Amino acid sequence: MSKKKDTFLNMVVSLFVITIVAGFSLGFVNDLTVGPKAKAKLEKKVNALKLVLPTFDNNPVDDILLVQSELAKDSIEMYPAFSENKFVGAAVIGSTEKGFSGLIKIMVGFNEGGNIKNIEVLEQKETPGLGTKMKDEKFLAQFREKNPSNFNLKVTKDGGEVDALTGATITSRAFGEAVQMAYDEFVDNKDSLKKTKK
Amino acid sequence: MAEKMNQTQNFLKGIVKENPVFVMLLGMCPTLGVTSSAFNGLGMGVATLFVLLMSNVVVSLVKSQIPSKVRIPAFIIIIASFVTIVEMVLEAFIPFLYEQLGIFIPLIVVNCLILGRAEAFASKNNLISSILDALGMGLGFVIALTMLGAVREILGSGSLFELKFVSENANTFILFILPPGAFIALAYLTVLFNKISIKTS
Amino acid sequence: MDYIIILIAAVFVNNIVLSQFLGICPFLGVSNKVSTSVGMSGAVLFVMTIATMATYLLHQYILVPAGLDYLRTITFILVIAALVQMVEIILKKVSPPLYQALGVFLPLITTNCAVLGVAILALGLEGGSLLKAVFFAVANSIGFALALIVFASIREYLELANIPKGMKGVPINLLVAGLLSLAFLGFTGLV
Repeated sequence: MSKKKDTFLNMVVSLFVITIVAGFSLGFVNDLTVGPKAKAKLEKKVNALKLVLPTFDNNPVDDILLVQSELAKDSIEMYPAFSENKFVGAAVIGSTEKGFSGLIKIMVGFNEGGNIKNIEVLEQKETPGLGTKMKDEKFLAQFREKNPSNFNLKVTKDGGEVDALTGATITSRAFGEAVQMAYDEFVDNKDSLKKTKK
Repeated sequence: MAEKMNQTQNFLKGIVKENPVFVMLLGMCPTLGVTSSAFNGLGMGVATLFVLLMSNVVVSLVKSQIPSKVRIPAFIIIIASFVTIVEMVLEAFIPFLYEQLGIFIPLIVVNCLILGRAEAFASKNNLISSILDALGMGLGFVIALTMLGAVREILGSGSLFELKFVSENANTFILFILPPGAFIALAYLTVLFNKISIKTS
Repeated sequence: MDYIIILIAAVFVNNIVLSQFLGICPFLGVSNKVSTSVGMSGAVLFVMTIATMATYLLHQYILVPAGLDYLRTITFILVIAALVQMVEIILKKVSPPLYQALGVFLPLITTNCAVLGVAILALGLEGGSLLKAVFFAVANSIGFALALIVFASIREYLELANIPKGMKGVPINLLVAGLLSLAFLGFTGLV
């Protein structure tokens, strides 16, 4: 198998050619996948919204309200839901850094009155088998239909009403805090949310 | 030292005799890092197999055009391109796997297995042999990762390929889906593999 | 203070080798003697820090503005490979004794998943800045050094132990690494 000689020109040319071909192929594949990538991200969000909100007929993603808050570094995403032009609730993305392993991000769906319809866990890196059970029915069910104005989101250990996960008190505590944050933002911004219908 | 081994042997060597994980200890990082479930292990294995196959093919086809002094950078560009393609395709079409494998997808490019085969085999052999080498090694890698993933998932989550076979409240060996469990499970799997391969040779 | 947290997290809580699984190849391959482990750690510290600096700047000022984020993997690995070559050449000229000590490890570092891994992870730091990224790299190489040197010292003792035939070599090393990882698991929740 004869190889090209190691002359400087050969080296430069071969690397150049390979780089050009690589660059073009990648650019090509990128163009092919940019659309589906964005679609997949959007679908994920829409699916989460469908799970946490009461029935709606608008497109909450279009009506998104971004709020700057002292509570979080990035702006908070809120998705209002309307049905037949009536405001039926909103999904708020609550988060906390106080999870056992850091960031926990959840999407809480509230109805018009502030009752929690459902919660979807978006991001977490808690201990598998312990903190990750926050995604289980058993844990989430206790939040449904509850209104944080009269349901204490602290864990029972701290005098609240949340049944903590076995062996994951810190996770549960942080989870409650994230829900509380979402609720507070919902209440603070309810008027702005109602006005977002485009 | 290049004996003409027949193509069947060429293919099979990657599965047992020269299994990348259990014998050659290549690609350890993804082996330990993404095998917390059988599906993840399988997914990573297949992604790596794809990159290995494509880069072996390309390297084998262009080997005569690349001056020896720049072959390593050339191989790296080729391998990195295919890894990037895998990254983009997964993010667009299988986002679930993309999220599970996380940082280990771009790390396929530094999987010593792929650069190793390009350097040791594809740059010195014809296209068909290189393809079979890649398929064999890749399959050996897939089998190792899936097995490790399966063991860790069964012991650590009481499920296999997401199908739970223990009750909701059952206590499982959580340790096995945590980092120490990866080391420990691989240790014992290696012992098992060694015992079996000694018996069959 | 953010930086203290980064340091403690990188060295203990999310140790690059024992919980993130990056850098396993040198971890298993070079750790048979404490002296070689120290050498490897030094080389990693050097390359990881400089590489993270270079890749961070590349990402921030070239890739992102040009919308070429998908070229991240390929450009990063080429930068790392080029850097390693350069470091070898410069080291040979500038400090032959240092080259003697670290030189042989340098080529191995190109395919060290820890270097590329840390370079990519540094991009995701909260409130990222070049300083934070570099600090993150230094912290992780300290974590790498810690894991490597502790493991090597254990392995030196292991040489003298009576190990069952089936477990000799790779299996017993993996098992010890697992126990070490288990010990470090105890640091979770520290920050």
